[in-house]
Amino acid sequence: MSEIALQQSRPGLRVPAGWIVTGLVALAILVPYAAPETFGWAKTYPARWIVPISDWLKAFLYWLARDLSFGLFTFKDMTRFVSGLFGYALDVPKALFSSGITFGDEPGAFHIPRLSWAGIIAAVTIWSYMLGGLRLAVLGFVGFGYILVFGQWDSAMVTLSQVILAVLTGVGGGIALGILAFRLPRLEGAVVAALDFMQTIPTFAYLVPLVFLVGVGPVSGMLATILYAMPPMVRVTMMALKRVPPELDELARMTGCIPRQTLWKVLIPSARDDLLVGVNQVIMLTLNMIIIAAMIGAGGLGFDVLNALRQANGLGKGLEAGLAVVALAIVLDRMSRAMVELRPVHGAEARRRRYLVGAGFALLIGFTLLSFAIPALEQLPAELRISTGNMWSDVVSWVNIHLFSTADALRTFLLIYILVPMKTFMVGFPWVGLLALVWGGAWSLGGWRFATGMTALMAFIPVAGLWERGMTTVYLCSISVVIATLIGLPLGFLGSRSERMHNALGAMCDTLQTLPSFVYLLPVVMLFRIGDVSALVAIVLYAMVPAIRYTDHGLRRVPPSLQEAGTMAGCTGTQRLAKVELPYAMPEIMLGVNQVIMMALSMLVVSSFVGTNDLGKQIQVAISQADPGKGLSAGLAIAFLGILADRMIGRWVAARRTRMGL
Amino acid sequence: MMRVQHFIKTLAVCGMLGALPIAGAQAQESKEPIIIALHDWTGQHITSHIAGELLKQKGYKVEYVTIDYLTGLTAMENGDVTFMSELWATTAGDAMKASDATGKTENLGPLGPAAKEEWWYPLYMKEKCPGLPDWHALLKCGEAFSAPETAPKGRYLGMEATWGGHDPERIEALGLPFVAVDAGTESAMFAELKSAYERKAPIMLWVYSPHWVPSVFQGEWVQFPEYEPACYTDPKWGVNPDKAYDCGKPHGEIFKYTSADTKKKWPAAYEVLKKFKVDGGELNLMVKDVDVDGKNLDEVVATYVEKHKGEY
Repeated sequence: MSEIALQQSRPGLRVPAGWIVTGLVALAILVPYAAPETFGWAKTYPARWIVPISDWLKAFLYWLARDLSFGLFTFKDMTRFVSGLFGYALDVPKALFSSGITFGDEPGAFHIPRLSWAGIIAAVTIWSYMLGGLRLAVLGFVGFGYILVFGQWDSAMVTLSQVILAVLTGVGGGIALGILAFRLPRLEGAVVAALDFMQTIPTFAYLVPLVFLVGVGPVSGMLATILYAMPPMVRVTMMALKRVPPELDELARMTGCIPRQTLWKVLIPSARDDLLVGVNQVIMLTLNMIIIAAMIGAGGLGFDVLNALRQANGLGKGLEAGLAVVALAIVLDRMSRAMVELRPVHGAEARRRRYLVGAGFALLIGFTLLSFAIPALEQLPAELRISTGNMWSDVVSWVNIHLFSTADALRTFLLIYILVPMKTFMVGFPWVGLLALVWGGAWSLGGWRFATGMTALMAFIPVAGLWERGMTTVYLCSISVVIATLIGLPLGFLGSRSERMHNALGAMCDTLQTLPSFVYLLPVVMLFRIGDVSALVAIVLYAMVPAIRYTDHGLRRVPPSLQEAGTMAGCTGTQRLAKVELPYAMPEIMLGVNQVIMMALSMLVVSSFVGTNDLGKQIQVAISQADPGKGLSAGLAIAFLGILADRMIGRWVAARRTRMGL
Repeated sequence: MMRVQHFIKTLAVCGMLGALPIAGAQAQESKEPIIIALHDWTGQHITSHIAGELLKQKGYKVEYVTIDYLTGLTAMENGDVTFMSELWATTAGDAMKASDATGKTENLGPLGPAAKEEWWYPLYMKEKCPGLPDWHALLKCGEAFSAPETAPKGRYLGMEATWGGHDPERIEALGLPFVAVDAGTESAMFAELKSAYERKAPIMLWVYSPHWVPSVFQGEWVQFPEYEPACYTDPKWGVNPDKAYDCGKPHGEIFKYTSADTKKKWPAAYEVLKKFKVDGGELNLMVKDVDVDGKNLDEVVATYVEKHKGEY
């Protein structure tokens, strides 16, 4: 009671600032509508105020690629040198997994075979068994078996060899950067800002500059992958090193370690678990990039997917290759996760593990040696492979003929009553009003400085002349986020109630996140036609995953004591959910929503492949015109939108947590 | 891998050089691999692989790299790509001009097939819009080709953003009751064609040839006033005296490109590439073999190379 009384007693001090801000925001929004003649400049951003940012970026990149010289060598020489190094490094896993080594070009030349498929499958199965028992072993066997039997082996091994090198570099570079930032606190701020940036800027935006500086081919595909996959490793390293108890650090000093020894013998080993989590993240992100990397020449499974989808009856082929990506991703993910959970052991158990690891290697090498004599062990003969053929195309045709009218009715409803009005409203919204809205919102969450920073991010969109595409992006993303959340929350709730549902949802989420979205994009287009509705469906499918996962996780974490307290206080089941569990899980759920926004933004370019006109389209156009400036400026705009959403939600969650005393 | 091989081979060659003198013209030719660009349509994969096979028969090392259509020229200027088999005058005209100006690439002349790109509709639409394929019929057919979001205007699927084509301008200049919708990607565009065709639903879209679509779906190209360069530049030209673009899309040659130093670096390969030609009809059949009948691309290419062995 005293709290309320206190607030009421001094309204004069707190309310005015809030009211003034609200008033100003309302004014900024309403005035341009009320007096379009006088305040026309406040409604539509005047063309002569547009700063040619993309032209500057383009000029800068051209300068980098053509003119910058360090005296002895040019910038281009340097990037070429780096890519050359990666090229040599890539030759090693490529020889091991995909091509073997042939001496000479003539037929019948001496050939050292690649690792045999039988050996790889056996080794994966045995190692999975060691890491995670029978279930994981079955998963590994089925996953790699699928790749083999469906004739995806050759492409999968090209992809795998790139994945291995990208993961090694990403993990190594990530740890090194993380240590650097940990050691030099002055660098930390800069590193964190760079990470935010790398994680929000869409990968497509740096494809064009990469092609420009490094050229096309597997190496640039891999570099793009590393840029994308490394940030979590840096973050995890920094966090892990900070979390090592200070006692350990002191112990190291007391025992006379020099700094290098402290780091490598004490800090890194005790941060092992966290670091392994980072490795797992790098693996997953690397696999996410397979398709995108194929667009600049990485080849492998990504190329197969893209290529199949262009053919007349390619849907089945595309799906088969897409599922091979899923198989690879899930097996590698589960194996690396099991590695995180594996506890160090001694004695007989340790001997058993060593024995299993050795057995895996023995089979791997044994089968490979055998394949000198039996070529079928290097390459599975074509007649033993199977394919679903036209089955999937036929299924989709059937759905198309029988369900199109239903889908079309839904599409028409969405378009006419929701999408078109919303889009018109957003694009016609006064830009001054939008900036004021962002400013007001950010002010109420974090004060003046925070508000100014956030508004500056938002201002980039009109200033760079990206208003229409930027607002289309905001509209498309916000509708998708709302729908994805509306679907994801109930599903997550169901998952938190039953173990079986939880597992089913987990499998669904894994597939949705790793199956290249191109594969389900085409059936979606056949049902919903080209345009915003198809894009919406594709974004929602991809982006609802974190809404499900975080809700499930958040509700599961509600302490049983709290639930009991609710029951004892006489809550019905619904009341307990609404008054106890949901409020408690709310911060977690909001983090999920935050992730939904990030994923929706990252799907933008893909959505532009089905005919949207958003910032993703700008990047797509930039790729086809080889205009690095255009791509980068649109990429920056998307990154800024992402950072804006992330910071605002972050503040909200933090405030909420403090209020709940967490 | 190629590099390791290359390295080992170089070592071997050095050893041989020590033992016996190598003579002849072969020594002038660079041992570096010839890099051929692959884009995102099957016809181009076929012509690229044919060129690749021909070069391999001459003893060259060939590598393929996947790269976006117009980005390829930039990459060629940087020396990352040696040969591109298909640059269409219809879509890459400006890019070719820009690239010619750099002097780092060389136009090797036409590949052979004639490129055709135009508005296209399935045959069953003729009932709903009598008078086709003449473009005048379209003036009254907006409704017949419409979708909810464009009604009462017709919906035309194009690829304005990536392929150009000036369709919004064409619609305006000819006064067509249509809206140009950007399809985003070719895959999406033809997925929608497939969907519409199965249901005999209205559709009007951009189709080009050589491609599998004209051989799988029955349909026709709209006949617009014949293209002339003046149509795109001179508003006075054509039916609309106030606006340019009052004609169809240009159709024309498909050109081969190589980097400017090929002539010196691989003289014999240069000759082969310069001479390289494919017949349009034959190419269409090969595209159909691969895309529609699901034949293996390498086999189709091998059959072709076997058949045309004597020509190079």
